[in-house]
Amino acid sequence: MSIKTLTIDGRMVTGAAGESIFDVAWNNGIRIPRLCHVGGISDVGACRLCLVEIEGWPKLAAACLTPVEEGMVVRTQTERLRRHRKLIVELLLAERNHVCSVCVQNGHCELQDLAAELGVDHVRVYYRFPRLGVDMSHERFGLDHNRCILCTRCVRVCDEVEGAHTWDVAGRGVNCMIVADMGEPWGNSETCTSCGKCVQVCPTGALFEKGKTVGEMYKDRRFLKYIVTAREKRQWIR
Amino acid sequence: MTVEELYEMRDRERERLARLRERIYCCSAAGCLSCGSESVRRALAAEIEARGLKGQVEVCGSGCMGLCSRGPLVRTQSDGAIYAQLTPDEALWLLSEDPAERRRLEAKRLDLNDPFFTRQLKIVLANSGYIDPESVHDYVAMGGYQALAKVLTEMTPEEVIEEIKASGLRGRGGAGYPTGLKWELVRRQPGDIKYVICNADEGDPGAFMDRSVLEGDPHRVLEGMAIAAYAVGAQQGYIYVRGEYGLAIQRLQLAIRQAERERLLGNRIFETTFGFRVDLRIGAGAFVCGEETALIASIEGKRGTPRQRPPYPPERGLWGKPTLINNVETFANVPPIIMNGARWFASIGTETSKGTKVFALAGAVRNTGLVEVPMGTPLRTILFEIGGGVPEGRQFKAAQTGGPSGGCIPAELLDVPVDYESLAAIGSIMGSGGLIVLDDSSSMVDVARFFMEFCMDESCGKCIPCRAGTVQMHEILCRFSRREATRQDLELLEELCVLLKETSLCGLGQTAPNPVMSTLRYFRHEYEARLTDREGGAQ
Repeated sequence: MSIKTLTIDGRMVTGAAGESIFDVAWNNGIRIPRLCHVGGISDVGACRLCLVEIEGWPKLAAACLTPVEEGMVVRTQTERLRRHRKLIVELLLAERNHVCSVCVQNGHCELQDLAAELGVDHVRVYYRFPRLGVDMSHERFGLDHNRCILCTRCVRVCDEVEGAHTWDVAGRGVNCMIVADMGEPWGNSETCTSCGKCVQVCPTGALFEKGKTVGEMYKDRRFLKYIVTAREKRQWIR
Repeated sequence: MTVEELYEMRDRERERLARLRERIYCCSAAGCLSCGSESVRRALAAEIEARGLKGQVEVCGSGCMGLCSRGPLVRTQSDGAIYAQLTPDEALWLLSEDPAERRRLEAKRLDLNDPFFTRQLKIVLANSGYIDPESVHDYVAMGGYQALAKVLTEMTPEEVIEEIKASGLRGRGGAGYPTGLKWELVRRQPGDIKYVICNADEGDPGAFMDRSVLEGDPHRVLEGMAIAAYAVGAQQGYIYVRGEYGLAIQRLQLAIRQAERERLLGNRIFETTFGFRVDLRIGAGAFVCGEETALIASIEGKRGTPRQRPPYPPERGLWGKPTLINNVETFANVPPIIMNGARWFASIGTETSKGTKVFALAGAVRNTGLVEVPMGTPLRTILFEIGGGVPEGRQFKAAQTGGPSGGCIPAELLDVPVDYESLAAIGSIMGSGGLIVLDDSSSMVDVARFFMEFCMDESCGKCIPCRAGTVQMHEILCRFSRREATRQDLELLEELCVLLKETSLCGLGQTAPNPVMSTLRYFRHEYEARLTDREGGAQ
């Protein structure tokens, strides 16, 4: 396996050929923000939060989809990137109804943590307040579209790890919605195995276990590790 | 079919046409069809039958003749005249052998010495209006499929690529990537299975260049694709047409069937080892499917969303195989380059942009329609000489090129030569060829808002900046329209422009701010004039 040496934020780091900038950075303790990436499943580069500057590249690059190259000089924390990330989080907060005070995930939500980390203390863009439903038809889980950020982690984990492909996205642009099967209520889905993987990878309170009230929904973070192990070693151990 | 048989077919058809006293072409492109050219054609056909003129006079459909605003257009082969806005009754006068009858139509006869005709140079549209798009014989009579025959029997794939490279042809879809280089990239990829895709998902509002080429000369596109397939080593091609182009789809299906029947597509074309098949794929109405990675996903049967590039399609394209993807107009340029040589093609245009470009001229201009001009023609020439300028009583304000990805060009920059670099330098783009003229009754804020609404509706929703950003930009522009915008809104609008441009996943989002940025650059006062006196911004 060939080793690539590169500089990230002024530090010399090494990674294996084919590894993404994102993974190499995190392995070296350099945290790049992300919402759509989760270890163990494919990357789509949709949230645009992990964009980094690479010397000599005309455009910003999504760290999760860019393999490391020898001699690369990467910057992950410039003023420009910080500004972009902040505005992206503001756009997300205004897009749907993210009311933390009544959310099951309050206090341990990836979107909330990221907003705090980036210093989003107010939102400059216009709140849209869309009218969205909550799907409580499933026996054990709920889906609150108001809290969904369309990261598609649930879609990918269901397709790639569970192999059910219950979830997908319907609609276009701002009208995109996560749907079960061909737009069925989740509880009617014939493909859903009720494995709960989608719930555990969901970064916000959009997918949750029933019976949890405000702030009570803790996502099992070991679940991500479990998925990685399952994927890489083909072993189903927690 | 062998090469000899192709020449026999050509000569036979030419002789047949030469024996006719008159051949009348009724424009059967979508524009003229919508103003009644089909009834003209039917009336002529019925009268020919009734008068027993079969074998002497023939009527047929044809591709776009350009001056769409004056349709239905009719061209007579014997004297080369074009008549505008003919009624079915008037058209019958053309059938008479008595020249006096024809002189009665003098008022409707177009002046072919008008700059609209003389300032144009037709390469891509050379056959449009001169052949029946539903007849492979007509195309062959005009020298069609000879380029393919030449390539297959006389040239190696490398020589073909060298020829295209030397011609300086660049992609006509908008970005202007050198076509020969792209072909070479695909050729050099390892693997036996490669694909050629023709992008006919033309979606810019007001643009109909590709549609006209497909409707008027479908075989030319098939021939261009077959030559490309030979050059890059592909055996299968796809044409991705937008579903709204019913007539183009119909003509393409017919053309593919004819070409297959004449063994111009399929196995062992011209008795060589080269085989090539073409299939149609119909788009379902998503603008973003014109973006190459989204288009490929759509052909694969997936949701039409773009993915990160690199890897580019020449490396990983359709079903993960090396894929060449070019625009309709790019493929249409290939046969003439092969027939006339790279040097001929390179002699037309500017240093960096060779050949011609087809524009769909629309908006506040006298002659609306389809025009083809050499690269480097000043915008002023296109709008004021060919287009005939803005109608009486109105003032020219701006020209919009490149659709929702392009920009607005103000009057003081009208002398800009139309080529890829010059247009980019002034904040617009060449784009696929939409050219909309705006007069002084247009508000530039409203123009920007219109295009932003378009991008908002057409955003696929995959990446956050484009999905949520276009909505916010549209909201702010609506506030400008309602005179409710504050200075903070203006600042936020500019910040969102930068965000979308720098962080969006695909070209749609990256270029969505262009109409806003270019109107802010040249017409900022219109935004300022619409600011409210009220203090404060959003929330």
